[in-house]
Amino acid sequence: MQTVAMNGDQAIAYAWKQINPDVVAAYPITPQTIIVEAFSEYVADGLVDTEFVCAESEHSALSLCIGAAAAGARTCTATASAGLAFMWEMLYIAASMRLPIVMAVANRALSGPINIHCDHSDAMGARDSGWLQMFSENAQEAYDNSIMAFKIAEHLDLRLPVMTNLDGFVTTHSLENLKLLEDEVVKGFVGEYKPIKPLLDYRNPVTYGPFDPPDFYFEHKYQQVAAMGRALKVIKQVSEDYAKTSGRYYDILEPYHVDDADFVVMAAGSTAGTLKGVVDELRAEGMKVGSLKLRVFRPFPANEIAKMLEGKKAVAILDRAVSFGAAGPIFPEVRSALYDSRDKPKLVNYIYGLGGRDVSMDELKSVYKALAKNQAELINYLGVRI
Amino acid sequence: MATDKPVIVGNATGCLEVSTTVYPYTAWAVPWIHSAFENAAATITGVESAYRALRRKGIIKDEIRFAAFGGDGGTYDIGFQSLSGAIERGHQFVYVCLNNEAYMNTGIQRSGATWKGASTTTCPAGECIPGKKEYPKDLTKIIIAHELPYAAQASPHNWKDLIDKASKAFEIGGPAFINVVAPCPRGWRFDSAQTIQIARLAVETCIWPLYEYERGKWRLTGDSKRIAEGKKEKLPITDWLKSQGRFRHLLSDKWKHIVDEIQAEVDRKWEELRRLCAE
Ligand SMILES: Cc1ncc(C[n+]2csc(CCOP(=O)(O)OP(=O)(O)O)c2C)c(N)n1
Ligand code: SF4
Repeated sequence: MQTVAMNGDQAIAYAWKQINPDVVAAYPITPQTIIVEAFSEYVADGLVDTEFVCAESEHSALSLCIGAAAAGARTCTATASAGLAFMWEMLYIAASMRLPIVMAVANRALSGPINIHCDHSDAMGARDSGWLQMFSENAQEAYDNSIMAFKIAEHLDLRLPVMTNLDGFVTTHSLENLKLLEDEVVKGFVGEYKPIKPLLDYRNPVTYGPFDPPDFYFEHKYQQVAAMGRALKVIKQVSEDYAKTSGRYYDILEPYHVDDADFVVMAAGSTAGTLKGVVDELRAEGMKVGSLKLRVFRPFPANEIAKMLEGKKAVAILDRAVSFGAAGPIFPEVRSALYDSRDKPKLVNYIYGLGGRDVSMDELKSVYKALAKNQAELINYLGVRI
Repeated sequence: MATDKPVIVGNATGCLEVSTTVYPYTAWAVPWIHSAFENAAATITGVESAYRALRRKGIIKDEIRFAAFGGDGGTYDIGFQSLSGAIERGHQFVYVCLNNEAYMNTGIQRSGATWKGASTTTCPAGECIPGKKEYPKDLTKIIIAHELPYAAQASPHNWKDLIDKASKAFEIGGPAFINVVAPCPRGWRFDSAQTIQIARLAVETCIWPLYEYERGKWRLTGDSKRIAEGKKEKLPITDWLKSQGRFRHLLSDKWKHIVDEIQAEVDRKWEELRRLCAE
């Protein structure tokens, strides 16, 4: 296994190179652009034999992926922020056609005002579209998730599109040492792609995307619900297989010193990594604290979360997005997950890091301290000048 | 008829799509995909990209052709960007615009292809306004400005001409565009038995000339060629306007100047096209 320095975007492009997808559609948007640029170099150098299409918009990029995936090709693309928002209509269509498209999303704030830095408002806006959503803590995980995503998406129990999220700039642009698998190992792990009812099989014609009247539409939606219901099991199984191949295991949730903790802070993305450092420091001070990383947001692992958080004194859920007029998007889901628990912890929400606002270890410590002193409000705003 | 190769079809949202694929039925005996309203070109070129990739990898061996259908709304307006992008990238596919000059699937709303003077539900003829105020954009020429290998205008009344154009389009080896006048009894207000006759009138009045553009060469075809050669009479635009309820209001004295303007515009464009085809 080779160790190299790469940023998160390059790591994803490298994973794709090793997978050698049939079709990649691209449209640039910061902080995703490095992915398609790096991939285009692999195309230019003949290191992949992918059909690489520079579309004229994100909307068309995903439309192309839908056509390509329905045709029977292994397909991926990448976007962020406004690009993901522009794909909104097509996200639902990709999922409803049960197309195993993989899309890297370099999480970035949505306009306006325009801002190119990290928050999760883009991914959260797509949460109901029927895509699986995985978050990566760092470039290594972005690489690993990118490989696993194809296997998860293409699993016969699912056939659902997968979004692999990574934090804009924080992860997309910072250089890290990461361990790469050999090309052959990646190819072997992902395996040959076997399309189901592809359009290119013209001898057995199929109709994709017909007009679906009220007497069938609901059943079709229910089938998507059912497929989503199988997804956590598949993700777990693929992650275990991947651990055997790579030595790196990622669970749906990653608890850090949670077992004996009184106070837990939960986050998705790179902040989950920072929290581990904070936990180490606070543990050294004698505080019984832990952190919980949310790796999979869709489907939402409600039961698993409830099991881990039951009996804690207090838990803070960090949201790097806001649902205007409500709270952060993750918070109410965690709260609802714990509704039936006998031993509910106090749950509070922290909205933080919007538009790339840095979050320091000291600030995160202040969250634990507020939990310990029972000083947190129901909804709090971390690091904003009010 | 136009090709002996297998064809895969993409479709934009619209009358053709909803009337041929009411689940669990389908009228399509060929592989068919509809994804959304504005992206028939992007979707079918995704299919074509998959084909190119899988042929390169040796997985697909047969030659396959690709076609996309959109209404004028899905082509002139909302789908224009994806069509333009797909043509610029040089994908090999035939895009057919079924041009009924309005958004018919959602009622009869104006589109960028609706003719001046037509009454639609969003540009109704009233006391003060005589239907649509603007001329349609000349999409066929806009597409030709992409300098693609093949583009044409066709009409269902001359099916031989239409099939010839489609055959060329399929074999041209790059993007091809065919704009087909598609009279809509419901939206244009005429008896459906007249459909083909109305399409013929469009050509005979020169409001819808038949022509093709092939690798830089412009050529009139069918009745339009005969009119240009003086072998057939060019009918006045009033014949066209009288044939349909959507223009009925124009026939009053009040709006005579609008009819004159339409005639002048049709003549100007016809002469311009003749010049292009003579060069
Ligand atoms: C993004 C989006 N906007 C609006 C619609 C509603 N819609 C569906 S079909 C249609 C009109 C289709 O008109 P046209 O393309 O001219 O085709 P026709 O039905 O007239 O053949 C509209 C507005 C839609 N499906 N998607
Ligand atoms: S008659 Fe007009 S409205 Fe009816 S299906 Fe045909 S094009 Fe659409």
